[in-house]
Amino acid sequence: MSNMENQGPLWEVFIQSKAGQPFKHAGSVHGYDKEMAIENARDVYTRRGEGIALWVVPSSEIVAVSASESNSFFEPADDKIYRHPTFYTLPEGVKQM
Amino acid sequence: MNSLVKYYLEIADSALILSHRLAENSSNGPFLEEDLACTNVALDLIGMAESIYNEAAKIQADGSTGDDLAYRRSEWEYYNNVLSEQPNTDFAHLMVRQFFLDTYHYYLLTELSKSKNSFLAAVATKSLKEVTYHLRRSSEWMIRFGNGTDESLKRATDAVNNLWRYTEELFKASEADLDLRDKGISADLELIKKEWDAKVNEVFYLSNLKRPENQFQLFGGKDGKHSEHFGYILSEMQYLTNKYPEAQW
Repeated sequence: MSNMENQGPLWEVFIQSKAGQPFKHAGSVHGYDKEMAIENARDVYTRRGEGIALWVVPSSEIVAVSASESNSFFEPADDKIYRHPTFYTLPEGVKQM
Repeated sequence: MNSLVKYYLEIADSALILSHRLAENSSNGPFLEEDLACTNVALDLIGMAESIYNEAAKIQADGSTGDDLAYRRSEWEYYNNVLSEQPNTDFAHLMVRQFFLDTYHYYLLTELSKSKNSFLAAVATKSLKEVTYHLRRSSEWMIRFGNGTDESLKRATDAVNNLWRYTEELFKASEADLDLRDKGISADLELIKKEWDAKVNEVFYLSNLKRPENQFQLFGGKDGKHSEHFGYILSEMQYLTNKYPEAQW
């Protein structure tokens, strides 16, 4: 493995396992361009029938909450259990929540 | 030798030897993703070769297996095209070789999927999906080489110039091939040649590459005559079966 510094920008890979399911983050790949990124994603993450659809997104385009901000973003939700639908019994037909 | 077996071996040997060359690149790719992609292609090709070897062994019915055919023959008993055995000189050579052979495989399998031989038609139909992806990938790399840096264009040009002399052989039918042609079993190589030319011209155009002017061509693989590299490939490929003849996996 030579040229580790020269493998192109990073892309985040999202896979949809079945129709109607949400795309899930699978990991990341390197690629010089869109074509290469989606092909690399296919070869690295979908070799064992993991999905039926694939997205790649430039990692640099992803907006994330920084660690220093995470308390103000997320902790206020911790003590508001009444926002969770845990007080209801799920109807039997519901497979996913 | 039975024409059908000979024709099967021409196809399976080419896939096996190309697969071996790609496998040699394992852990030597320019980076992890490319490494995995190359070995994926190698696995697809060895899968195609395996099913054809098994079928050839069944027709021969002399007690030998598909593995015997793959690993226990001598140099002159392999009928792969000489292009598939050319070394991984650099990444451009690896990928140009791949592009030429992916294009060939794509049109060959498209024709074979219409073969009157139901086994060939089934194998071709299954492998065509894989090869369609291989061709997409190697075409994109050609275009990327040609539009990348001066260095990438130069390396791609060198690889095209070095490998071009092995391309005409792909379209030269063996006696076995012609024998099966009349029966609607083998693929029409003249038709495939036209399609191959059109695809190569298209991708060369997008890649700023030119068809070499030197028309010198080398032949021989389908008669069991190989380039100097082939003995080295076999000695490595057959090492395990030679050392442990009873090995199982």
